[in-house]
Amino acid sequence: MSSSGGLRRTSLFDTHAALGARMVPFAGWEMPVQYGGILAEARAVRSGAGLFDVSHMGRLEIRGADAAEFLSRVLSVDVPKLRRRRARYNVICDERGGIIDDCIVYRLGEDRFLVIPNASNTDAVLDWFSRWGAGLSFEIANVTSETAMIAHQGPGAAAMLGGLTDHDLEEMRIYTAAETVVAGSEALLARTGYTGEDGFEVIVAAGDAPSVWAALSERGAAPCGLGSRDVLRLEAGLLLHGNDMDVSVNPYEAGLDRFVSMDREGYVPGDALRRIRDAGVSRRLVGFQMLGRGIPRHGYSIMDGTEVIGEVTSGTRSPTLDMSIGMGYVPNGYAAAGSRFLIDMRGRPVEAEVADLPFYVSDGALLVPIAPLRS
Amino acid sequence: MNPADLRYSSEHEWARLLDDGSVEIGITEFAAESLGDVVYVELPPVGGGLTQFEKMGEIESVKAVSDLFTPVSGRVLEVNERASDSPEVVNEDPYGAGWLIRASLDDASGLDRLMTADQYQEFLDSQAA
Repeated sequence: MSSSGGLRRTSLFDTHAALGARMVPFAGWEMPVQYGGILAEARAVRSGAGLFDVSHMGRLEIRGADAAEFLSRVLSVDVPKLRRRRARYNVICDERGGIIDDCIVYRLGEDRFLVIPNASNTDAVLDWFSRWGAGLSFEIANVTSETAMIAHQGPGAAAMLGGLTDHDLEEMRIYTAAETVVAGSEALLARTGYTGEDGFEVIVAAGDAPSVWAALSERGAAPCGLGSRDVLRLEAGLLLHGNDMDVSVNPYEAGLDRFVSMDREGYVPGDALRRIRDAGVSRRLVGFQMLGRGIPRHGYSIMDGTEVIGEVTSGTRSPTLDMSIGMGYVPNGYAAAGSRFLIDMRGRPVEAEVADLPFYVSDGALLVPIAPLRS
Repeated sequence: MNPADLRYSSEHEWARLLDDGSVEIGITEFAAESLGDVVYVELPPVGGGLTQFEKMGEIESVKAVSDLFTPVSGRVLEVNERASDSPEVVNEDPYGAGWLIRASLDDASGLDRLMTADQYQEFLDSQAA
C-alpha cells in the first residue's frame, strides 16, 4: 500500500480512480465515498450486489498456544468456546466498561485468530491488547498493509461469487469463514458484512485485490463507496464506533450487552460491566424516524420542548424505507418504541418517533447474529 | 455544459430571463453534482421578497445541508412543486425540470451582476486550481 499527502491508499486506489470515484479522507485513508450516487449504490446492494473496498479496516492476526485465553480477556465473547471457522461480532471494553471499539473475531485454527477493528481504532486496539497479555504465549501481527479486504454484499452476491470459488456457498452459514481460493487468489472468505444483507467479506493479499474486484465487478456487483455503506448500516441498525458509541459509552447504554459474555474468569472489564448491569443505566441508544422534513445529523440536539435531552449520533435518508432515520442517546423515559421527541434541525424543531431497531430487515438478512455462543 | 443563455452566481445558482420579464432560478450542475442526492428542498413562499445574494431557502442532500441564495432581487411568483416533491429532479435536470422558483425582477440590471456561462466556467476552473 502507498500513501499520499499523509493519507494511506489501499491497493484498489487505481481501480477507484479508473471508475471515477470521489475520494475523501477517512480515518487516515484516502477512500471512495461514492462512484455514482449514494442512494443508487444503496439500492444496488438491496436489490443485487455491491462491492466495497474496506481495506482500511484493521486486520490483526493473533497466534499462539494462549491466543484464545488472551482474546478472552479483552474481547466480549467467550473465545475458547468459539469453534473453528466461526466468527463473532463483539465489543472491546476498557476497565470501566467504556467501548474502545467493536470488531469481528474469526477463529481460523485452534491457535489462530483474526480480529477486524475499525480503521480509526486499529492503533488504540493494538495499544489496549499490548497491556493485557502478561504471562501468556501468543503473538499479534498487524497484517493490514499486506492484505486487502473487499465486502461483496447483497441478495445477489452468492450467485455471483459461486462461479469464482470452489467453496460450497450453499453450505456456508452466516458468520463463518473459510480459507479458500476466490477468483484465482488465495483468500479468507467470510459470510459477514455491515449492510444487513446476505454477503461476503474477502481478504486477499494486497496485490491480488484488483483482480478479485474486477472478477466480481464483471459478474455484476456495483462499486459502492463509504456513503452508501453508511446508509445501509444505519438502515440495518448497526452502530458505527466514533459516531454511535465511544469510550464514554458502555455496552448497556449502546444496546450491545447481548454481545457481551459477562461472567468469565479473567475478562478485563468484567467487574465494571457487572456493576453497570446491576446499577442499571439512565440513557440508551435508540433508533428514530423523522415525522417531518429533514435529515437528522450527528451532533443535532434531541429536545423535549425547549429542554435538550440528548444528541443525534447518526442519521441519513433511507432510500429503502423512503424516510429519514437516525440514532441517538436519550434518557430511559424516552427510549420505548413510539416515544416522541424533537430534533433541532439547525434551529427548526422537527418531530421524531422512536422505532424498533433494525429499521430494515432483509429477507436474506445477514444481521449480527444475536444467539449466544453454545459450548 | 452550462447553458450560454443563463447568468450565474458565485454561490452556484443560475437565473434565466423569460419572455415575460420574470426569471427562473435553480442551482448549477456543478452544485447538484457536489451535493449528490438531493432529498429535501426548502423554498421561499410565493409572494415573498428576494434580496440578491441573500438566503432564500435550503437544499439538503444525503451528505449535507446547504443554504440557497437568490441570484436576483424580486418577488417569488411560483415555486417548482416537483422539486419539492421529487427532489431527485434537481440532480437529473438542474437547468430544466429541476428549476426551483420563478421570480419577478426588481431591476433588470441585477442580472449584470451575475456571470456569463464562460465567466462561471472560468470561476469553477479557478476554484478547482
